[in-house]
Order: sequence, then structure tokens, then C-alpha cells
Amino acid sequence: MIRIFGILVVVFTLYALLMMSDPQARSLENHINLERRIGEWGVLTLGVGFVIITGGIDLSIGSVVCLAAVGFGLFLENGFNPYIGAVLVLIVSAFIGWIHGVLITKGNLQPFIVTLCGLFIYRGLAQLLTLIKFKELGQKFSQGWDTPGRVLRDSSRDVGIGDRQDLDAFLFLQRGNLPLGDWLGLPDAIGPWLNIPMPLVLLFFLAIIATVFLHQSVFGRYLYALGFNEQAAKYAGIRTDKYKTIAYILCSTLAGLGGILFLLKVRSASPSNAGSWFELYAITGAVLGGFSLRGGEGMVVGILLGTAILPLLRSFVIFAGIPSDLEFTVIGLALLLGTVADEIVRRQTGTRLFERIAGFFIKQKKSVT
Amino acid sequence: MSSPLSGGSSVAPGTPLVPVLEALDISKQFYGIKALSNVAVQIYQGEILAIIGENGAGKSTLMKVLAGVHQPDSGQVRINGAAVNFYSPSDAMNHGISLIHQELNLADNLTIADNLFLGRELLWAGPLKLLDRKAMLKLGAKFLARVGLNVDPSVLVGSLPPGQKQLVEIARSLSLNGRILIMDEPTSSLSQKESDQLVEVIKELSSEGVSVLYISHRLGEVKRVAHRVVGLRDGRNAGTLATHEISHDAMVRMMVGRDLEKFSKPMALDQSAKVRLELQQFKFIGGTPLGVTFQLKAGEILGMAGLVGAGRTELAETLFGIRPSQGGKAILDGENFLPRSPVDAIAAGLLLVPEDRRHHGLILLQSIKHNLSLPNLKTISRFFLVDPFKESKLSSDSIQRLGIKTTNANKLAGLLSGGNQQKVVLAKWLAVGPKVLILDEPTRGVDVGAKAEIYELIRHLASLGVAILMISSDMEEVIRLSQRVIVLHEGNLQGELSGDDINEESVMLLATGSKEVNVK
Repeated sequence: MIRIFGILVVVFTLYALLMMSDPQARSLENHINLERRIGEWGVLTLGVGFVIITGGIDLSIGSVVCLAAVGFGLFLENGFNPYIGAVLVLIVSAFIGWIHGVLITKGNLQPFIVTLCGLFIYRGLAQLLTLIKFKELGQKFSQGWDTPGRVLRDSSRDVGIGDRQDLDAFLFLQRGNLPLGDWLGLPDAIGPWLNIPMPLVLLFFLAIIATVFLHQSVFGRYLYALGFNEQAAKYAGIRTDKYKTIAYILCSTLAGLGGILFLLKVRSASPSNAGSWFELYAITGAVLGGFSLRGGEGMVVGILLGTAILPLLRSFVIFAGIPSDLEFTVIGLALLLGTVADEIVRRQTGTRLFERIAGFFIKQKKSVT
Repeated sequence: MSSPLSGGSSVAPGTPLVPVLEALDISKQFYGIKALSNVAVQIYQGEILAIIGENGAGKSTLMKVLAGVHQPDSGQVRINGAAVNFYSPSDAMNHGISLIHQELNLADNLTIADNLFLGRELLWAGPLKLLDRKAMLKLGAKFLARVGLNVDPSVLVGSLPPGQKQLVEIARSLSLNGRILIMDEPTSSLSQKESDQLVEVIKELSSEGVSVLYISHRLGEVKRVAHRVVGLRDGRNAGTLATHEISHDAMVRMMVGRDLEKFSKPMALDQSAKVRLELQQFKFIGGTPLGVTFQLKAGEILGMAGLVGAGRTELAETLFGIRPSQGGKAILDGENFLPRSPVDAIAAGLLLVPEDRRHHGLILLQSIKHNLSLPNLKTISRFFLVDPFKESKLSSDSIQRLGIKTTNANKLAGLLSGGNQQKVVLAKWLAVGPKVLILDEPTRGVDVGAKAEIYELIRHLASLGVAILMISSDMEEVIRLSQRVIVLHEGNLQGELSGDDINEESVMLLATGSKEVNVK
């Protein structure tokens, strides 16, 4: 808990720096953008959090996002009901997670390798899907293979939601907001600031469910136990393979949800770059939020805070007048600096930087013994 | 002292009587526990000296002191009569001493030659430090020939069977100019044939003047190979047997030889109690094709003795569903019992307190409370949500019932003492409700006070009708608690003792592989 407080301090410091950097950074528009981004990435971070608690990793998230976005787009292009399409996308995503889980637990393969392969495979599959001419393929199936016309395009293409008019509910999920300010009847100076973008609302909603699951339910206990010590959990009669697999299923399903949101946001998805880097953003968010890659450690609150750090940093780079070409360099250096500082503090005092910062604020509050 | 090699040996006459290696008055403590007190050992050139003793008698510690792994608290090590101080294994190596561990220190991914010359590779002349593989292969083959290993030195070590790896390790010692080999249980993981081959090599080396210090539990082997036997007991010298004195019985007497009368008698067994667990030719990995057959009654404490590696833990873990069974039959409360995972075993009421508490018994980085509730979560939850009140009650009840000494149930389990950790492991199973409780080394790493409490608890559980199978290497414990003892030897159920027949000598005879025990 004390650690979470430390992360909170870091997030606020970063936020203060951003606010001081430029008047534009203080605008309502920038805040809405930040909230949206935190919501979109947070869904993925939440998913990878389950996997990291078990001591595993999922590198395929970005590619699952891509496959889901492209798949959802293709369903829409081919006239599917969007609800059925979304459910199918989520089912396929869950299936992908199940495959990961089975390969890792029954096949005894390393999570890093399995999901690294996934990273390549799903993006490749997404590219392949956009090559297929479904109409021609359908004709060949119904009228025989001699029907003229080629089944594959020459190159992959972007898939979009086109001009479908029946997507209001979905678009609201991505672009709408929860008009909290309007409901409360607050004046125009404050009201719009409390209208929360739906992706963030969705993240909060999922985070509440995840909190109950991880911190209150039997399932969560099992997950933490096996993350700390899989052998001991097994000796205590826990079906460790089953619960690990569930963690991978949750991770991929949330990545699938992220893919649907992605398509709705950009209106089209390119199989070659949709969702690229997302797995790394998600993992970074979880680690910054206090999750240990060794497993067993981490809280949902930490994810909410950790997810905020990267978007804040990116926004800061933009508004502090740092050339955008340096964005990655600055983010990388900032993370490295933070990690090194954390390690130096830990070596000298035995506690981590976050805990030190929190301790400074809590003022000598004795830790529970 | 007369010549140690009287009674015929392979060493040429005229052997100087100054020992090549001598340990004088060695004492060594670990965390206040005496591992060695005033131990003295001499070994002469070309001699094969066996060191025997029960588990925990101090053999391995002595070997490590002689090989420079540990530094003695007091006492002296002498080489050819001159005092030396070893600060590291490489110091000892420079004096020609090399230790061959139970777990071999070879890199499986390198070739035999690479391993032989690891860290002191032969190089081509020149500034580039290029490896001279040809020279290494040639020289390597020479060393392999000395240990009778007819294998190409360019073969990967990982592809060799354990016996040949052992020989490679010896060859490496020889290539290091080793004159004194210290071998800790060299045959423990070898087949009979491989062991025989190794024994031949050791004899051959001894005739070439190499001295061998040899630790083994296999008394038959010791009898065949050793020129002299030194016994250790509780970290002290327990006697020396010259060549003509070496016999199975004499060795056992030397290892045990303790006053047995100080133990209290175990509780009387209710003969009419029903059979809880019955094994019929139950086969397990590490066992023999015959399997084991025995019965365990309700309220009985059945001791399972045997030496390290006799297959006791393997049997326990097979019954608990950790390892796959290899056939045969197990019947629990009249029903066929075939656990495919601990989940099945726990559901049937067969619970295991594992040997390796830190890795298997507890989650050290979680609180006492969470450790206690882990296997009981389903009973204290509603709709899959853990009821925090029921959980707190479970943990406070357990802490009170077993007298776990802690200020707070939220304290990390890893911060408890060994005894209290073990109580947590026991408490979590008590809350589940055991029918059969298997205890694997229940008091290992537990201090004396907590030991007594755990014994009391075991007796209490038995009196409540729990059937207890207790694996222990602590002879005193076995004799004090068990109404009946079964002894495993190399995976085979060597014999069963009950009542007054349970004593250290008879258990040890069975554990070291004697077929018969003279039962009055």
C-alpha cells in the first residue's frame, strides 16, 4: 500500500511538470486526450497485469490488438451485425489466450517464447486476412473453383468501419463521455472537466471488477499464491495450470477489446502497424504500477496509476518543446533513470524509491509488523 | 599408530608413515550448532579411507573443511606433516586435494575436453589466446584412459550417463595433479554396474599412489573398497576399523552406538483400529518393480526410515499425487485411491507435509494468514469471494491451537522461525481435516523446544484417529514416536519392525541393505 502511495506521488509530480510546461497542456482538450489514452492503454495493462502476477509475460498483446481490429473491421465490411462481430472477436481473442496458456502449462514452454511467436503470427494473420477477397472466395465455394477471379489481393490493405450507420452504441463507447458535469448541473467553467471519456469509464469499470477478482476472490488468492511460489501452490492443492491459463485468457480477451476500441477510434486499421508497441506500453505500465516480473506482486490501483505515467510523459515531451523525434529517447531515458534511482536507493537503504518517497510523505509511519 | 594398511593392501612396502593429509582436532559450528567437534582423521598415500556415519553425523562438513570449502573454527589441517590453511577450494586444489561433489560440477553443454581444461585451457602461442583444441583433445584422451573411460573427448558431457560423468570428474581431478580425491557419495546416483566400474577405477588409482577419501552409505561397497573405515557420530569420531575389522555389523555398531534407553516409549497401538491406507505392490518412480506393500491403521504412527535417496520422499509424493504412480494398488478407507494431482489426494483426505518447507510447504512472501487459508479458501468463501471474517477466525484459531509464536497473523511466513513455519504448514492441513497425514522430515530445521511441541501434536492427532506416516532420518524421532517402522533401501521395502524390535541398530541394518535382522 505504501508503495502505491509512492507511485501516486510520482504521477502527481509528472502531472505538475506537464501543467507547468505550456498553457496548452492545461487545456480541456489535452486532458480529454490524456484520459482517453489512459483508458485505452489501461485496458491492455489490466490484462497483462493478470499474466505478470503469475510470473509470466505476454508479448503478443499489440498483435492481438491488430488482429482484433482488422477482424472486427472485416466483419463490419462484410455486413455482420456489430454485436455479433464484437462477440466473435472476443471469443477468438480468448481462444488465443487459451492456446498460450496450454502451450505454457502443458507444453512447458516459456511464456516469453510462446507470446513472442504470437507477436509475429497474429500480425501476419491480420495481414493475410486483408488479402482475402471474401466475395470471390464465397463464389468459389458456392459455384466451384473454376469460377474466374482471384481470391487473394496483391498486397495487404487497411480495413475500416466505412460508412456504417448502426455503430452508434460502439462509437459512444469510444468517443462518448459520461456527462457527470452536465448531470450535476455544474457551471461551464467546471462542468466539461467532469465529463469523463468513455474509455476511461470502461477502464474504471473493468478495474473495479478486477479488484474484486484479484483482491477479494478465491481466484485472485490462487493467482498470487502461484505467482509467488508455484510449487508451494501446487502442494497446497491448487490447479496451478488451470489458473495460469485463465490469466492468459483474460489478457488476450482484454487485448481483443482493445483492438475493437482501436478500430472505432481511428475508423480504420492497418494490419502492418495497428497496435504495434502496445504490448510494451502495457508491460511498462504494469511494472511502473508496482508489478514485479518475478510474479506475485501488484495491485489493480497500481495499474491505474502506472498506466498514466507513459501518456503523461508523452504529453510532456510534446508540450515542453522537445522535438517529437526525440520522444522515444526521452521516454526511454526517463524510465531508465527512474529504475536506476530505484535500484540505488534500494541498495543503500533496503527500501525502494517509491516506498522512500511515500515514507517521506507519510512521515515515519511505522510499517506493519 | 601401526601401519594403517596392515592386512594386505595394494600399496607398495615402504610407504612413509607421515599421512599425506591429516585433520587434527577439527571443530566447526554453524549458527551455534556444532557440526564437528574435535574430529581427527589421517589418510596415507595410496590409501582408500571410507568415512561413514548417519545422516547429519558431520561427514559432508568434514569433507568440505578438508577441501577448503569451509574453514574450521579450530584445529589444524596438515599436508605431509606441514600445517596448511585453506581459504578456498582452489587453495586445497593447489595442494592436490580435489572434492568430487554429490552433484557433479560439470558443464553439460561443453565437451569432455572443454570440461577437463575449463579455466586453464591450452592455448596456441601468440597474443590472440586462441584455443589449441587439438592438444586438449590429445591430452584429455590420456586422462580419460587413466580412469578407464573409453570415450572420445570431443563428446558433449551432457550426453554421458551419470557413471561416466563421475569418471570425467575424476579425470579432471587427476589432470589438476590431484593426489588426494575426496568423494562424497560418488555412487549414490549410479547403477550397480557403474558403481562396480567406479570402484575398480578407485582401486586402480590407489595402487598408483592416489589417496581417496570416500563417503558412502552403501556399506557393502565400503567393505569391498576401503582399506580403513572411520566412523563419525554426532560430529565426533566414533572409532576406526582396520582392514581386517571391517564388517557390516561392526560398521553399523560404530555409526549407531548410542544409549537407546533415554527415549520414552511410543503409545500403545489399538490393534482393533481399522485400516486407513493400504498399499499393495505400489510402484513409484525411484522404487523397485516389486513395489511396496504395507498397511496403515487409524491412529497409528508408522515411521518410515531409510537413508537419503532410499525413495521415501518419492513414495510420499507419489501418494500425494505430485509424481505419477507406476502401478500397483492403493486403498484409502476401503476405496481405490489413485491421485493424479494433489487436488485428488486432498479431496480424499491424504495430506502431505513436504520435506522442503521453504519451497513446497509455504509461500514465504505471503502472510501467515494467507498461507493458512490457501487450501481452505473454498470453505471460507461465498460465491468465490473470500469472507474476511471467516478467514481471520480461521487463522487466529490455528495460531492459538498450535501455539504459533507471532505478533500478528499478517506477518510474512518467511519471517517465522523454522519450528513456527512448520506449525503453519501443519495448521493449514489440520483445518482441511486429514485422514492420512504424511510427514516428511517433520522436524528438520526445527529447534528443540518446537520439536517437542510438534511431537506432542503428532501424538495428539494419532489419538484422534488420524493415520500418520512419518518419514524421518532422525533415528531418535522414529524410535520415540512410531509404533511400527518400515525401512526403505534403494526403493525397496527392506523390512518392518514393531514394538521392542525397533532400535537404532536394527533400523540401520535394514537401511544399509541387510536382508535379515536378528529378531529375538
